[in-house]
Amino acid sequence: MNLAYRDIRHGLLRFLLTCVGLSLLMAVVLSMIGIYNGLVVDALTIARAPATDLWVVESNTRGPFAEASRVPGDTREAVARLHGVVAAGSVTYQTVEAEHAGAKLRLYVVGFEPGRPGSPARLKAGRPIAQSHYEMIADFRTGLALGDRIRLGRSSFSVVGLVENHVNTGGDPAVYISLLDAQKLQFELSPSASRVQIAKGGLPQTKDTVNAVVARVHPNVAPAAAADAVRRWKHLSAMTQAEQELILTRSVVDRARRQIGLFMAILLAVSAVVIALIIYTMTMEKLKQIATLKLIGAPDRTIVGLIVQQALALGGIGWMFGLVLVLAVKDYFPRRVVLDPENAIVLGLIVFMVCVASSGLGVRAALRVDPATALGG
Amino acid sequence: MGSSAATPLIELRDVSKHFGEGEARVDALKEVSLSISAGEVVALLGPSGSGKTTLLNVIGCILEPASGWMRLDGDVVYDNRWLRSDLRRLRLDKIGFIFQFHNLLPFLDATDNVALVLELAGAEHAEARRRAAALLEYLEVAHRRNAMPSHLSGGEGQRVAIARALANRPRIILADEPTAALDSKRAGIVMDLLRKLAREQDAAIVAVTHDEKIFDRFDRIFHLRDGRLDDKGED
Repeated sequence: MNLAYRDIRHGLLRFLLTCVGLSLLMAVVLSMIGIYNGLVVDALTIARAPATDLWVVESNTRGPFAEASRVPGDTREAVARLHGVVAAGSVTYQTVEAEHAGAKLRLYVVGFEPGRPGSPARLKAGRPIAQSHYEMIADFRTGLALGDRIRLGRSSFSVVGLVENHVNTGGDPAVYISLLDAQKLQFELSPSASRVQIAKGGLPQTKDTVNAVVARVHPNVAPAAAADAVRRWKHLSAMTQAEQELILTRSVVDRARRQIGLFMAILLAVSAVVIALIIYTMTMEKLKQIATLKLIGAPDRTIVGLIVQQALALGGIGWMFGLVLVLAVKDYFPRRVVLDPENAIVLGLIVFMVCVASSGLGVRAALRVDPATALGG
Repeated sequence: MGSSAATPLIELRDVSKHFGEGEARVDALKEVSLSISAGEVVALLGPSGSGKTTLLNVIGCILEPASGWMRLDGDVVYDNRWLRSDLRRLRLDKIGFIFQFHNLLPFLDATDNVALVLELAGAEHAEARRRAAALLEYLEVAHRRNAMPSHLSGGEGQRVAIARALANRPRIILADEPTAALDSKRAGIVMDLLRKLAREQDAAIVAVTHDEKIFDRFDRIFHLRDGRLDDKGED
């Protein structure tokens, strides 16, 4: 007969409560893994959205995400004429606060030229921007729906398309508007400020400035070669898509990534200690029964089986319920929780190893129990 | 292996056991010799610290004596041939234990507590349960066969424990204060049962007890004082 199963069945409620506790712990660990992944994926989503090969930015900067970058609007034509470049488009990025349905919305506004690189590659709903002005593609997380109208700056925009999981490194959801609208939003002075500037004798400020130019290169041309060609112009910097992604993960979100990574490691260590303590305590509570088993002649493998099987059942159920819990609630987190199957499997293996190691402590204690303990009340 | 009619079931010669060394040394048993035959029911008496439990542990193959030799059912034990696993197997096959408190496993019902010992000895689960049920019937506690130990009265629990001790038909039964947790009526019933078992199974029963009301149920009483045996041989 299986003693581990019988013991669990006898104290089922207690065992299940312990499993629930462990499940919550596993859920926290899995959430942290998901948040860690989400941070990295989120950081790359905006940079990957235009599906480009080349980023051209202001000289001596690593913009437009890691540093501020401004380049003249006509840079796009110059980049488009480079050898190997198939298409180029200007883009702007800025964070704004807007009001919608009585609540403040923090939005990451991306300006792009419809029909050129820079627009989001795939829409989840609606259509691409078709007019030069006042149309918008919004991320689901903004809470905006197709047909909604929202005011940005002095203009009102209509939502015509929706994308999913387009957020900046801070987690603010993105909206895409035309470059002209974005430039107006970013660079146009208010009428009063403009009048003051003219009264001072200043020239009206040009709005034809962008944060970066993105370009696609021919499949037979190495993006690095195109980037080298841009760098020779001195007044511009260029980087490939891979270099841009490296900057984002190694620089922009690195500290947050390491912070969460360290926290996750501590959480894993705490989980291991908690699992070990639970299993050790479970064994300690059974020492008299183990002594009785030894006294009546039970072999060591029966006693080891009792402890190890219970430890594995506890770890397995805790891991499984924890996973189910995270999968059920992950979409309610304010930031994206990305849980790959490999993450769950690796955690499962870690839990398995922790359970085996922890039960080793219990087994050691059990095997050292003097069978005489069972005698004498 | 095995026993002959002329050979005592339990035989100890000059068995000594001490704990600690130097000034901390405590001599728990000093050159104890005794022999107990099949069918005998004997008691070990003595004040606290006299060595009763140590002697029971030595006979039960739980404690190895420092010197002397011991023969159980024809096998000389502790002659350097015995591994810990061998001793455990010897306990499983030849020795039954009855405790002061029944020490039944709380997560098994009465039948499975008895069947476990049979399964450990190699019986199939169904067969083990069938034989366990028969033993419980024999001990007149079959009506409680599906009860968990926490739902058994003291007397019922002790009967189930006796059934467990008898499951593999051991020839030696060691009992540690078997009636301490029972009232005098139930204590008498349990002792009569043990005497009956000793006769029917041709087994030797050794019990540590302080319970004066059951002294008359023993064939012989061994008195221990400071680790030495004073055999009064009260038949």
